[in-house]
Amino acid sequence: MIPAAFEYLRPRSLEEAVACLLQREPGTAAILAGGMSLIPAMKLRLARPATLVDIVRLRGLAGIVRSAEHLRIGALTTHAALGGAPELARYPVFAETAGVVADPQIRHRGTLGGSLAYAHPAADWPAVFLALQGEAQLFGPQGRRSVPAEDFFTGIFETTIGAGEILTEIRFPSVRERSGAAYSRMCLQASGMALVGVAAQIMLDAEGRIDHASIGVTGVNAVPFRARSLEMRLRGVLPAAAALRDLCATGIPEAEPLSDPHAAADYRLQMLRIHAERALGRAFERARAAVPGLGYSAPVTRDGEPVVRP
Amino acid sequence: MKISLHVNSRPVEAEVEPRLLLVHFLRERLRLTGTHIGCDTSQCGACTVHLDGCAVKSCTLLAVQADGCEVITIEGLAPEGTLHPLQAAFQEHHALQCGFCTPGIVMVAHGLLGRDSAPGEAEIRAALEGNRCRCTGYQNIVDAIRCACERVREGT
Ligand SMILES: Cc1cc2nc3c(=O)[nH]c(=O)nc-3n(C[C@H](O)[C@H](O)[C@H](O)COP(=O)(O)OP(=O)(O)OC[C@H]3O[C@@H](n4cnc5c(N)ncnc54)[C@H](O)[C@@H]3O)c2cc1C
Ligand code: FES
Ligand code: FES
Repeated sequence: MIPAAFEYLRPRSLEEAVACLLQREPGTAAILAGGMSLIPAMKLRLARPATLVDIVRLRGLAGIVRSAEHLRIGALTTHAALGGAPELARYPVFAETAGVVADPQIRHRGTLGGSLAYAHPAADWPAVFLALQGEAQLFGPQGRRSVPAEDFFTGIFETTIGAGEILTEIRFPSVRERSGAAYSRMCLQASGMALVGVAAQIMLDAEGRIDHASIGVTGVNAVPFRARSLEMRLRGVLPAAAALRDLCATGIPEAEPLSDPHAAADYRLQMLRIHAERALGRAFERARAAVPGLGYSAPVTRDGEPVVRP
Repeated sequence: MKISLHVNSRPVEAEVEPRLLLVHFLRERLRLTGTHIGCDTSQCGACTVHLDGCAVKSCTLLAVQADGCEVITIEGLAPEGTLHPLQAAFQEHHALQCGFCTPGIVMVAHGLLGRDSAPGEAEIRAALEGNRCRCTGYQNIVDAIRCACERVREGT
């Protein structure tokens, strides 16, 4: 399979890349990052951009920077780099997610920015982007702007990225004390894509109760979403395994699950509850493990059991 | 578009259409037919080569993306007429039947060997996640890779 013919450009700066996009007919030029979604689509002629603007060699768009307030990840940072970055030691959810995206060869090329910009309804990173309350940094003809995760995805394969705009960086608030995050998914064996994927972040208060939870869901609706009502119900809860299970079982009303040959809607809903419970359970374990200093005793159930299954 | 790159340590210059895939460039222009096309849909890994030291699927890469890079194919692992320890171990362990998947799997194993001289079974299987073999059932492939790692480690 051979893609339709196209013009190939390799601009030397972001400004030049934006100019390349703007000089072409609207909708005919596409950014090329790792190419792991775009090239397969072009080979199948599902995508036929007349121009490819290759940004992979642009400096400063790959890499991880930590500051007091932010974790900043360049859009061109590969899945493989996110899987093994020492800067992400306190953010194990990145390695956990990177480890389930595609396969090693794809992970060497595919990028975080490309995955978010592509907005595949079952891609993994969108769930983490939502749960960690990331912000997409865009550069375009009007300069820079920042879009919160919840406003980023607008449809199947659709985002808020406008004409001539390039996603440059994904920014997350720095990890707080007593917080943890995790990703749990069920995948389709044939394609490896998620049937259901849930990322959860939990922040505990000094007594070990949930102060704040944020939950991102992929693979269920046409557009990835935050499970806001479950987040609200989790507030103030001592996250015992049974409590998490009960709360997840009460449902996630934001879910409008797709029914397709891979899974019926009610099956997706059931898997959603299970993976929400698993992601929350692991996020809680990590939050508890992140508690610095002594004198903190792990919460136990009324029967004195440890609150999360090992 | 004109590209210049190194393929198996030899400099190569060529005029290519941007839509030419790296795998077609290697097989049809350079006649390096050891790199196979199995699925052509980025799944099977038969087309795996190394690009600047990383295993990638050459059916999902444009030749122009390899401009300025170092590409290693299965032909580049050992001098003509000799076998790399991985290739020898595959032969001894009966780690191939039809052999179609083998070049890609050996290239992945070569990458693994470069990172980890003593990978366990779990690491080897994880490294092979992007490769399909329709014949062997993988067990002999895992054994061959483990044996080759041992030999390389011990310098025998
Ligand atoms: C066999 C296979 C299995 C896979 N399995 C999974 C999986 O399990 N989970 C998963 O989540 N994904 C999976 N993927 C998709 C993979 O994660 C892709 O790497 C990723 O979706 C796209 O990243 P990329 O850098 O390759 O983007 P590209 O393919 O280069 O681009 C994708 C789209 O985003 C646009 N784009 C890219 N970067 C930018 C930018 N910086 N600014 C603006 N627009 C941009 C492009 O124009 C294009 O439309 C799989 C892919 C393959 C081939
Ligand atoms: S031919 Fe490239 S992955 Fe199958
Ligand atoms: S040996 Fe036949 S496909 Fe692997």
